[in-house]
Amino acid sequence: MSAQKKAANLDEYLKAPSLFGFGIGRIMTIVLMVLLFILPLIAWYMGNKFYLDFSSRIVCLAIAAVSLNLILGFGGMVSFGHAAFVGIGAYAVGIPSHHGYESAWLHFPLAMIAAAFFALVTGAISLRTKGVYFIMITMAFAQMAYYFFLSLEEYGGDDGMTLWSRSDFGFLNITDKLTFFLLSYALLALCIYLVFRIVNSRFGMVVRGCNSNEARMKSLGYNTYAYRLTAYVISGAMCGLAGALMANLQDFITADTMTWTRSGELMFMVILGGAGSVFGPIFGTGVFLLFEEILSAYTIYWHLPFGVLLILSVLFIKGGVNGLIQRAWKT
Amino acid sequence: MTEMLLQVKGLKKSFGGVIATDDVALDVRLNEVHAIIGPNGAGKTTLISQLFGEQLPDAGSVFFKGKDITKLPIYKRADIGLARSFQVTSVFLDFSVLDNVALAVQAHSGHSFKFWKPASTEIQLRGDAMQALVQVGLDERASSKASELSHGERRQLEIAMALATDPVFLLLDEPMAGMGIEESAFMVGLLKGLKKGRAILLVEHDMNAVFELADRISVLVYGRIIATGTPDEIRENAQVREAYLGEA
Ligand SMILES: Nc1ncnc2c1ncn2[C@@H]1O[C@H](COP(=O)(O)OP(=O)(O)OP(=O)(O)O)[C@@H](O)[C@H]1O
Ligand SMILES: [Mg+2]
Repeated sequence: MSAQKKAANLDEYLKAPSLFGFGIGRIMTIVLMVLLFILPLIAWYMGNKFYLDFSSRIVCLAIAAVSLNLILGFGGMVSFGHAAFVGIGAYAVGIPSHHGYESAWLHFPLAMIAAAFFALVTGAISLRTKGVYFIMITMAFAQMAYYFFLSLEEYGGDDGMTLWSRSDFGFLNITDKLTFFLLSYALLALCIYLVFRIVNSRFGMVVRGCNSNEARMKSLGYNTYAYRLTAYVISGAMCGLAGALMANLQDFITADTMTWTRSGELMFMVILGGAGSVFGPIFGTGVFLLFEEILSAYTIYWHLPFGVLLILSVLFIKGGVNGLIQRAWKT
Repeated sequence: MTEMLLQVKGLKKSFGGVIATDDVALDVRLNEVHAIIGPNGAGKTTLISQLFGEQLPDAGSVFFKGKDITKLPIYKRADIGLARSFQVTSVFLDFSVLDNVALAVQAHSGHSFKFWKPASTEIQLRGDAMQALVQVGLDERASSKASELSHGERRQLEIAMALATDPVFLLLDEPMAGMGIEESAFMVGLLKGLKKGRAILLVEHDMNAVFELADRISVLVYGRIIATGTPDEIRENAQVREAYLGEA
């Protein structure tokens, strides 16, 4: 074999991964994103404001799920405390507002920085543990954050606090439901693209390598702790953004968004849809909220059938719904 | 006198009652293959793990190029030119073969806090990785998933990953284990070619390979080195024959 032939061969191994390439996963993602865009607009056009808000909720929570997917799906870090970042992001809107600072240019960066900081501190400790311990310790930190905000009487304590006016973007008026939806949708698309770039970059390869075989990564010479912590912080910041949006969507901020059940729901969304895929978290969020909407009309115990569904999907379908579709497509 | 690359002094390690490393002293020089042989459970893998920093010795020290590296973190060892392969194949099963090796190359070409450019478009990473695959004869399988490789091919991949970082010092834990005759012969040829400008510490059960490759051999029994010498010296050593070679 000549060296020349090798050199020529290399080109075929130098392809950049494409977000909109072929493959069923990509097609499904595009279909999903188009539906998520078109349906609410139709509803809004026909004068049904409820579905526009409902879609905004899917979009905001999908950002949280996408951020969790970065560390859970690609990095194998099963964080059971992601709701804390949502809550911190929300309070980063509520607290300044309470004191009269209403600029979104303050709220949104603050939400991301505060969540990133919380991720840095708690991640630095949590990531020293593995497996079940990691799950438990991330959950414990989130509960600490929950009780902390619950105790802040100034900011509503366990009654929560009302956001009297939404974050002020200047040229954008997000009090308008449609504008809010479009902004959230754009931010979701941005986050999906960011995560896509990240997981295929050098950094992403390292984080995925740590998921696949951390011991080997260490022996190759990677400081795996530093890379995983960085991923954790990025994920936290992105989730903080989701929290800032949620606060504005609900015009209300409460520590209840930080409880461990909320973290569990985020995990459900990612795992049900298919962890480690682009499609998974978006689909999972949509299905979860639809189920919640439909089932909660019939029973207050709507979590129960959903929980059963989740257990079944974890036990019997590898890779969530995304994995199911991938396999069905191949055969 | 050729340059001394690795020097081990008074290394001790025990697990509960089991003494896995018992006062081991050892050196490896540049351009040398130093083989460690010994029966199962003699402590060969444990020794390699201590040299590579995955386990801390209870006592003793390890010097590399004259510097004490006994407690150096693993990720820094790779930087100074150490690489190891594992007895039990340890690769990234859900990655492609090329990605496996590219990840090894990446570990030594600057930091990886680069978040934007797809790693799969970096010519240097891919080129060096491909070269390592050609070296071990696995280039045809570059785009297969590592999980699809045969046992022998995974062993080749394991070596390619160790080579990809262009190490000065290779710690190989039974590279021929589970390989067919042909694959072993290929590997012996490969390792011979690698000796120059490097040093190799080779743990291996395949005696033909050991006697063909090694410049010196140390015999490890119950954690203790009972003899060190040239292949001929070891072959003649009565104590070794009794303790180890005799059973073959
Ligand atoms: N982590 C550990 N905990 C307890 N005992 C251990 C541990 N690692 C190794 N041992 C023991 O130390 C001894 C040496 O083991 P080691 O794996 O180093 O042997 P080896 O020479 O590599 O054997 P083989 O030829 O089978 O690979 C064995 O008795 C083993 O049971
Ligand atoms: Mg061993």
